[in-house]
Amino acid sequence: MKTSTVKSTSSLLLHQYRYDQKQFWREPAAVFFTVVMPLLFLFLFVSIFGNDTAEVDGRPIKASTYYVPGIVTLAVVSATIVNLAITFTILREKGLLKRVRSTPLPPWVYLAGRVLTATVITVLMVVLVTALGRIVYGVSVPSRTMPGLALTVLVGTAACCALGFAMTAIIPSENAAPAVTNAIMLPLYFFSGVFIPDSSLPEWMRSFASIFPVRHLFQSFLSAFDPGTTGAGIAWDHLGMLLAWGLFGAVVAAKAFRWTPRG
Amino acid sequence: MSGPPAVTPVGSADVAEPVITVSGLRKSYGEREAVRGLDLTVDRGEIFAFLGPNGAGKTTTVEILEGYRERTAGEVSVLGADPHHPPGGWRERVGVVLQELRLPSLLTPRETLTMYAGYYRSPRGVDETIELVGLAEAADQRNSKLSGGQQRRLDVALALIGDPELLFLDEPTTGFDPAARRSAWELIANLRDLGKTVFLTTHYMDEAQHLADRVAILKDGRIVAQGRPQELGRREAAVTVVTFGLPPGLSASDLPAALAGRVRPAGGRRVELITEAATRDLAALTGWAVGQGVELDGLEAHRPSLEDVYLELTGNQAL
Repeated sequence: MKTSTVKSTSSLLLHQYRYDQKQFWREPAAVFFTVVMPLLFLFLFVSIFGNDTAEVDGRPIKASTYYVPGIVTLAVVSATIVNLAITFTILREKGLLKRVRSTPLPPWVYLAGRVLTATVITVLMVVLVTALGRIVYGVSVPSRTMPGLALTVLVGTAACCALGFAMTAIIPSENAAPAVTNAIMLPLYFFSGVFIPDSSLPEWMRSFASIFPVRHLFQSFLSAFDPGTTGAGIAWDHLGMLLAWGLFGAVVAAKAFRWTPRG
Repeated sequence: MSGPPAVTPVGSADVAEPVITVSGLRKSYGEREAVRGLDLTVDRGEIFAFLGPNGAGKTTTVEILEGYRERTAGEVSVLGADPHHPPGGWRERVGVVLQELRLPSLLTPRETLTMYAGYYRSPRGVDETIELVGLAEAADQRNSKLSGGQQRRLDVALALIGDPELLFLDEPTTGFDPAARRSAWELIANLRDLGKTVFLTTHYMDEAQHLADRVAILKDGRIVAQGRPQELGRREAAVTVVTFGLPPGLSASDLPAALAGRVRPAGGRRVELITEAATRDLAALTGWAVGQGVELDGLEAHRPSLEDVYLELTGNQAL
């Protein structure tokens, strides 16, 4: 019954992670927007634009090959920024963050449990979209460029998780959470070439999107999936921008993340 | 910490340090002073009720004791430590029920309790705790499907799962129907049998009267009365309230001179008389009525209840 063993941090984190996963899969909206919708969009975009060719650096590329990294980007952003921003705003406003601080659980473990959940779902979606692209549309799986893909998943997830926490600072209430995150992310998907090939976007839109992390995440994934990429597919410039955004997000989150309800 | 040396002697065998010691506690929010110099001690194993109208400073005080808020001034010791800078292991010993319900809607009570149990080194058993709060039939439903009373029970169960020595319950029955309140009271009374110390805030005097070993009445950030519920009543033990209806056609000024100036209206034709010499005043009153050949409608004499004391002290702003 009574044990006096000190809980190790890793076992606490795994414990918390187990319940966070459970809660993620029980939230229909989260599952739809993070898991179902990206797969649906892959199917839709390839069905509609499948015979077109997009252009990358002046070279033609099959639309299906273009959309796999696009949809991977959508899934990653959804599993991290969107998911964390909405979840933590709700947890904050419902007072669950405040509640958990009355327990001996180290606060950062509670945050890390959700980050781990987001990371696992990110990896799952990258694998799922890549596999579907390969099996259904014959899009080749990066092998030579695997380091580029792996590094993008790593840097992208870290940066986007930090940005998700930062975003809770500008969301005033539970009800505003989905609206605020979508109002920010939806235009960025369009401007960043995730939905509409980059080469068909006006120059100003591309330059504008280059300020924000979504385009850099997408370009990093694209260089891993693009058969014309030479070398290991590591897009250092884009990864650098992602990292910078991640650090910015971490600083904002450290300063502005709240544990108690605003409302 | 440097609490006052006076340890209130209690009849119990273990002469322990008080669980909570507060002296000269103050808390300001900008210009506004929410708590203005509180002193109190809570002894091990007692249910201590913090009673006061909304806005009296109850939640501010309890959140300082729980470690959520920083105090502006004064000394606070909870389980021998400053709650705002708790030493390792302190949170293992404290259970908290916040004023609003705080439950993850997508888990079941059993899952929520198992999750919280994992945060503690030596938690209570999950099944046993579910049993204790009477949630056995609802244990595997989603939390969002539970009734208000069941959700509050789960909230209390979460505070208990770490097997704490001290429990804070902030207005645990606000918004309950009478049946749910009764069963919550039973649950809280059971906590005393488990040897827990309970710090309860409430704005219901019947709740304090029913549950508490000791009560402090708070008004405008100050304690205006403190003691056992019976003693609080007895503060004015010398006082009796006599009420009756004025006979038709007569007014207060027709009463005997010794009484006429002292009665005050109590609604409709009823008047009340507060007296420290009930026997003499009643004799004068009834003698006068018999002499006039009138009946005093609904004549009664009673000791002030805790409610009367409370309303008197808090200036009727409670309800």
